[in-house]
Amino acid sequence: MDELDGNRAAGLLQEVFGAEMTTAAATCASCGSVAPIGESDLYLGGPGTVIRCRTCTSILIVITQVRGMNCVDLMGMRALDTEGTPG
Amino acid sequence: MEGTAVPGRLTWQVATVTAARWETPSVRTIELDVPSWTGHRAGQHLDVRLTAEDGYSAERSYSIASAAGEQVAITVERLDDGEVSPYLTDELRVGDQLEMRGPVGGYFVWEAADGGPLILVGGGSGIVPLRAILRERERAGSDVPVRLLYSARTPSDLIYRDELAIHRDGVEVFYTLTREQPAGWAGYTRRVDRPLLAETAWPAGKNPLAFVCGPTSFVEIVASGLVALDYQPDRVKTERFGGTGER
Repeated sequence: MDELDGNRAAGLLQEVFGAEMTTAAATCASCGSVAPIGESDLYLGGPGTVIRCRTCTSILIVITQVRGMNCVDLMGMRALDTEGTPG
Repeated sequence: MEGTAVPGRLTWQVATVTAARWETPSVRTIELDVPSWTGHRAGQHLDVRLTAEDGYSAERSYSIASAAGEQVAITVERLDDGEVSPYLTDELRVGDQLEMRGPVGGYFVWEAADGGPLILVGGGSGIVPLRAILRERERAGSDVPVRLLYSARTPSDLIYRDELAIHRDGVEVFYTLTREQPAGWAGYTRRVDRPLLAETAWPAGKNPLAFVCGPTSFVEIVASGLVALDYQPDRVKTERFGGTGER
């Protein structure tokens, strides 16, 4: 599966969070790096949607659909700042 | 409340194809009439959903190819092993209906108030959101200086070829054709590298704003190249897609 980025998950993230999230800054729970969701790596090849840290490749977000319900795992993020990255 | 659009809520709706044209033998622009479109910003996306008779559905996100206020349009490249793109390029006809939602996204977005100067770097169909930005600049009457660097494999792979050839004050377009060039070609002939960026991109001292879209490897080379040329990392916006290989 070719590598995409979080920009392509904007619709799903807005469906789940109720707001535009690709400009939000995620802090990776594994390496601590901070980046906009839009810049994170996106994988659609496996079950569900997987967003990974571009610095250390750890999983930030997993969203799977089970019987029409979104199951959302955010354990890979230490913080999610909807104000975006500084500067 | 059923059937009523809730402000701010993203809902699937049915659009109608009003026009379609081939940009290259494998790339098609599709214009859509969307009943309740809230307006979009240049660089945003929309999601398309195809549902088979057995209920199986596939969703894909496409860059919107038009400026704010223009008819909603997407430009789709046929990926031969794709689930969605071959339908959009080869099967969809004017008058057909298409399930979609949007606009979505806000990261790879430009509005006139964001200023410039702009350096737009596109590889292959990565030109699509950059075209929306160019059209938005024109629509908004912005005089922000723009340099566009567009990399494609062969002349017949150039999307929006005629549109980009039209002279616009303040817009410079640089091409590189990496695999095959027409006779008498005066543009670049190699893949985008740091020296090529140094020749074509604004000097960092002008505090330029960069938008880079293309296959992942292309975006990595360009984004790191611009940062090496002292561009501010947070002024280099990137969008990566898998694409179909080398540009």
